Amino acid sequence: MAAKKTATKTAKKQSDTVATAGSSKSASPSSSQRASQKKSAVDANTLSKIEKLARQTLGEATKGNNPALDIRTRTLSNVSFNEKKKIIELGDRTQSREFFNTGMVRKFMQTMLVASKCKNLIDEGKTVSIRQMYYLSKHNLPGSNENTFEDQNESDPIIEDLEVGIDALREELHLFATRKGSVVGRMVIDDSGDRIDLARMGRGGWSIPSIVEPEVLKFVEYKADFILFVEKDAVFTRLNEDGFWRKNNCILMTSMGQATRGARRLLQRISQELKIPIYVLVDNDPWGLYIYSVLKQGSINLAYESMRMAVPGVRFLGMSAFDYDKFKLTPAVQIKLKQEDVTRAEQMKAYPWFKDKKWQREIQGLLDNKFKMEVDGFLTKSISFITEEYIPKKLRDKDYLQ
Amino acid sequence: MAKSKQKNARAHAAGAPPEPPLPPEFKTLAVDDEPAPPKRRATAESMATRQRDISVSEFFTKNRHLLGFDNPAKALLTTVKEAVDNSLDACEEAGILPELYVEIRETSAAQLAQVKPGAGKGGKGGKASEAEAAVGPGPASRFRVIVEDNGPGIVKAQIPKIFAKLLYGSKFHRLKQSRGQQGIGISAAGLYGQLTTGKPVLITSKTGKGRPAFQIQLRIDTKHNQPDVVGDTTVEWPKEHGTRVEIELVAAYRGGRTGVQEYLEQTVVANPHLALTYVNPKGERAEFPRVTSELPREAQEIKPHPHGVELGMLHTMLSDSEGKTVKQVLVDDFSRISPAVAAEVCRIAKMNVSTPAEKVVGDDLERLHKALGLVKVMAPSATAVVPIGESLLIAGLKRRYQKAEFYISMTRPPSVYRGNPFVVEAGLAFGGDLPVDEPADIMRFANRVPLQYQPKACAISESVYLTNWRGYEVQQPKGGLPVAPMAIAVHLASVWVPFTSEAKEAVAHYDELLREMKLAVQECGRKLAAHIRARAHLERDAKRRSMFEKYIPEVAQSISDILGVPKDKAEQSFYAALPNFVRFTDEGPANGGNGGGGAPPGAAAAKTPAAKTLAAKPAPDPTPPPPIKGKPKARAGKRGEQLSLTE
Repeated sequence: MAAKKTATKTAKKQSDTVATAGSSKSASPSSSQRASQKKSAVDANTLSKIEKLARQTLGEATKGNNPALDIRTRTLSNVSFNEKKKIIELGDRTQSREFFNTGMVRKFMQTMLVASKCKNLIDEGKTVSIRQMYYLSKHNLPGSNENTFEDQNESDPIIEDLEVGIDALREELHLFATRKGSVVGRMVIDDSGDRIDLARMGRGGWSIPSIVEPEVLKFVEYKADFILFVEKDAVFTRLNEDGFWRKNNCILMTSMGQATRGARRLLQRISQELKIPIYVLVDNDPWGLYIYSVLKQGSINLAYESMRMAVPGVRFLGMSAFDYDKFKLTPAVQIKLKQEDVTRAEQMKAYPWFKDKKWQREIQGLLDNKFKMEVDGFLTKSISFITEEYIPKKLRDKDYLQ
Repeated sequence: MAKSKQKNARAHAAGAPPEPPLPPEFKTLAVDDEPAPPKRRATAESMATRQRDISVSEFFTKNRHLLGFDNPAKALLTTVKEAVDNSLDACEEAGILPELYVEIRETSAAQLAQVKPGAGKGGKGGKASEAEAAVGPGPASRFRVIVEDNGPGIVKAQIPKIFAKLLYGSKFHRLKQSRGQQGIGISAAGLYGQLTTGKPVLITSKTGKGRPAFQIQLRIDTKHNQPDVVGDTTVEWPKEHGTRVEIELVAAYRGGRTGVQEYLEQTVVANPHLALTYVNPKGERAEFPRVTSELPREAQEIKPHPHGVELGMLHTMLSDSEGKTVKQVLVDDFSRISPAVAAEVCRIAKMNVSTPAEKVVGDDLERLHKALGLVKVMAPSATAVVPIGESLLIAGLKRRYQKAEFYISMTRPPSVYRGNPFVVEAGLAFGGDLPVDEPADIMRFANRVPLQYQPKACAISESVYLTNWRGYEVQQPKGGLPVAPMAIAVHLASVWVPFTSEAKEAVAHYDELLREMKLAVQECGRKLAAHIRARAHLERDAKRRSMFEKYIPEVAQSISDILGVPKDKAEQSFYAALPNFVRFTDEGPANGGNGGGGAPPGAAAAKTPAAKTLAAKPAPDPTPPPPIKGKPKARAGKRGEQLSLTE
């Protein structure tokens, strides 16, 4: 949830940067063709889903009934951990969103509005960010001082509602989430006709788009042995500058906090298609653990997309609560646990997907320490301690959790 | 003169259940009775030189506050009030639907009566100073009060006595519900006018078609309390019968709670059978046509009830008995005392039934009085009490608050307070154009007469304060008046209304009265709450409806964009389905109802709850229909039996 908030905040900035990046790339003529080309079976299918929703709504109203849209509830109580697949799955419980219900009528209107705008996007073969969708569908309601949407916090959940309501993915609705995250490493890809060598991305890396489906993104050459996913951009930069991926023949990826849908989908594709292990390096705090958890088995909010995003095999490299002793860190790295950290850790301990003994031990370790640590804390040792000592040793010792 | 006044004052006080302490003036009027000093200061002879009659003007000036002439503003109100009350009583007693004309005309700026030699026979001292003393504090100017009625008229010979003799009247001597009681009111107003302006009272009266209309100018001989006719003519008067009183006085015209306007508007509420025209000093004319042609039932005169009689009253009754025995007096002059009960009273008082009544004095008298209070008797007849009635009280309220949205009233069954039967009723107007954020307006009535002063001291106000209005969906600051667009009228109808003081401004706090008042007010409150809840319900539904209506065009637009159907058509489908989901009545939710438009249109439905509440109110008065021309006395007993109360 918190990640989404951050995403919202930086959304505007993000879409700006993306726009510039896009324009520099659009030198190639293929980008405009992409649209018409893409008016594919997928689009036709999505359109029919939207039309079906509209037709049913109108039909019920005409019959004098209450038009309703069934939306699967995205709450903890309606997700379950699939032990076999090791992913979080959305349950069958749905909430009926009715038009003739004062508590729901506004949201119903908003859902229909977003649906009509999505149809519009598909018709025109265009894709917008969820923030742009907010502006696209925002207008004043005649004769009132009320808008269809008051802020993006209102429109984002409606988009998710529509996704689960008509069973269409965000990408299929021609919407993309805010992009965050970079990747560098031993791999060559094809992004809608543009060949990109991820080993030649300089200091910044290639920015991961929201849509990384096989139709638009293909893996051309790959020789990496593994992927290292780090939580923080600073750590990514540190490792990139130290040439970590060259020395270790790997791919380095970051998502700057909670992983975006694009990053997660990309990780899953790499995991499945390249069949290489994925290591995750996050801070030693509940938040870091949760980032790992989302990568591994999906989030509650996007549980309906776990199938195509979760990577159950992802490995937790660190930081572990026990690294403090293992690497003889000093109290300088300690950050006192706050009450909310403790509460969050206790919650996570209770999640079914953390029921495994070693995870219980790990989380308990954090609680017992009574402090949290950042990966950046290794700089108390030396500048490149992470690159030269910590990660190699962890990999060597196979000191990770899964 | 002085002696008779004292006697009268005492007799008056004797009837009042809470014996009021005599104002110090009474003690000092005749005699200087200082505590005996060690040294003789005066002899009986020297004192005798100072003992003399007191002129009514002197009495008046000293007792101004008792008579309602404390200050110029109140003087004006009292004058109007006395005249109007008299007119109404006269019309009702005669069985005439009252039609009143009230005018207040400003005649000149403040100017007190000039010294006019021979103008007043009683004026020994300077007239001007007497006038100043009479006016009381406050800025004032000169007004002419005109009150004209269509009453039975007054026979010429009686006119001077009624209007120019203090303590003369028909109402004082009997136990009967009526507006005026003191017999001092209108003549006091005339005296006040005379004292302040020097102008005589002008009376025009006609007793029937074809009879002459007399116009009489009257002064009060303040020395002898005697009328002094200074002018006597016959005039042409188109009216069939009626009386017109004109009094010129120094006064102040004020608006607000204690103003004349307020008095008249309240009178209109309590007297729906009254047609009133009022012209204020600005010349503005207000008409209040009558809303019912039903006269209030005539109140029956009753004899004192043994539980309510005061010692002084008992003494008077016994000593005036002209040779009767105690038993005879008890049976003849009291209500509800049968020969058997009379014997029981005498037994308790340890007294022979055949003791001559005049002989019962001292300890015997006190024992007898106590016995009367102890003996078990039937409650007094309720025929003596005439309430306004629920539907007429509502009609009255509607006359003053024409645009309120809800009216309710409640008349309690007759009850008894210290041997005096009484009825309490309450009415309430709510909403509409009444001010929303102000404390509710309280109208207090005693025998249909508005009480405008001392609201805080009055049991009627107390009954409103003590009611928990928050339970009735109305705001109420702690210990305060309810704050709502609301006007509350409470009427106490009784043979004897217990006032807190002789100024008759507030009803005394007696448990029996307060209890009935609270019950009446609370009943109105309950009905109001039901109305407010129903209204809130409707408002909620209206809100729901408008909410759906707000979003229908948006959803229709989206559907139109997606499917390419006309937006209008999509909108129509939703509007047609709307009545299935918006509740218009108290019936359960129309959720999932099939088929379009079964519910009634909103406007018609909006009226339903209020109408229902009014209809649900029991229409008939709990009091019997107006009885009986002819022999009221003969029937009174029987009727009384039927209506007998439990005490």
